[in-house]
Amino acid sequence: MPDLPRKKVGIIACSGEELPEGTITRLAVLRVLHQLRPEDTVTICLPLFMAGGEGDRNFARMFPTIAVDGCEKQCAFHGTEKYSKRPAAGIVVTDLIAQHGLEQPYGCRKPDAAGMRAVELTANLAADTVDELLGKAGR
Amino acid sequence: MNSSSRKVAIVPCSGIGKPYGTVSRVAAYLVTENDRPGRSRLVPLALLVMGDEEYGRFVAESRAITIDGCPLACATKMVRQSNGRIVRECSVMETFRRHRELKPQGIAELNEDGEKLAEALAQEIDAVIDTLISQEEGGSHA
Repeated sequence: MPDLPRKKVGIIACSGEELPEGTITRLAVLRVLHQLRPEDTVTICLPLFMAGGEGDRNFARMFPTIAVDGCEKQCAFHGTEKYSKRPAAGIVVTDLIAQHGLEQPYGCRKPDAAGMRAVELTANLAADTVDELLGKAGR
Repeated sequence: MNSSSRKVAIVPCSGIGKPYGTVSRVAAYLVTENDRPGRSRLVPLALLVMGDEEYGRFVAESRAITIDGCPLACATKMVRQSNGRIVRECSVMETFRRHRELKPQGIAELNEDGEKLAEALAQEIDAVIDTLISQEEGGSHA
């Protein structure tokens, strides 16, 4: 039987350096990649789409992706859609914070306690979404 | 307001795959938040990628210092594409070559060497900004 490539999910953080929520996306994505679902995920660098990262563009055309955005501008979602393919799912941190009644996070370089709660929430939602996309939910 | 009296745009890499991307961001925060807050402004790369009007206009009308974490140089390419005037293209790798004793590790959080490398890079950027300021002041007094 041929050795087929393992299906993985690409996760794209907006990484918006000017907002605490941008840093939250980065830390949440790293937590999914390194701790929660290391076997099932890869990351894609958003600026690489634009700067000519053909490998990244092709991955996002072939495999499902999750865009994790800090704000309503949704650069990761729209950037992935524009340069590759519409993401299978999108998470917006400001929406999550509002939905769960979390305190407003503070700190772009290092999030405060409220920011770290948002990181945890975002990472867990992204990990659950990975499971759904790979058909592993509830297993 | 002409471009010389504006804040300098500091545009770091957004990479999250290696410590060098984090070093570029930490250096950018050190410059814009601690060292030269009145003379510099951090520009998020994602917004440039998406053609954000406010940041695109700021970059097009300002002088920019780019900080790239890898040879793909996304920050530099994006600023050029946004018609920005780059006064210095910084590379974390080049700073690392000047400080080989430092071994940066960690992406979510840098180790001590990574923080020191970011500080060294920030000081190089501070010096570029200071040179621009002195040229400005020299020019206005001439």
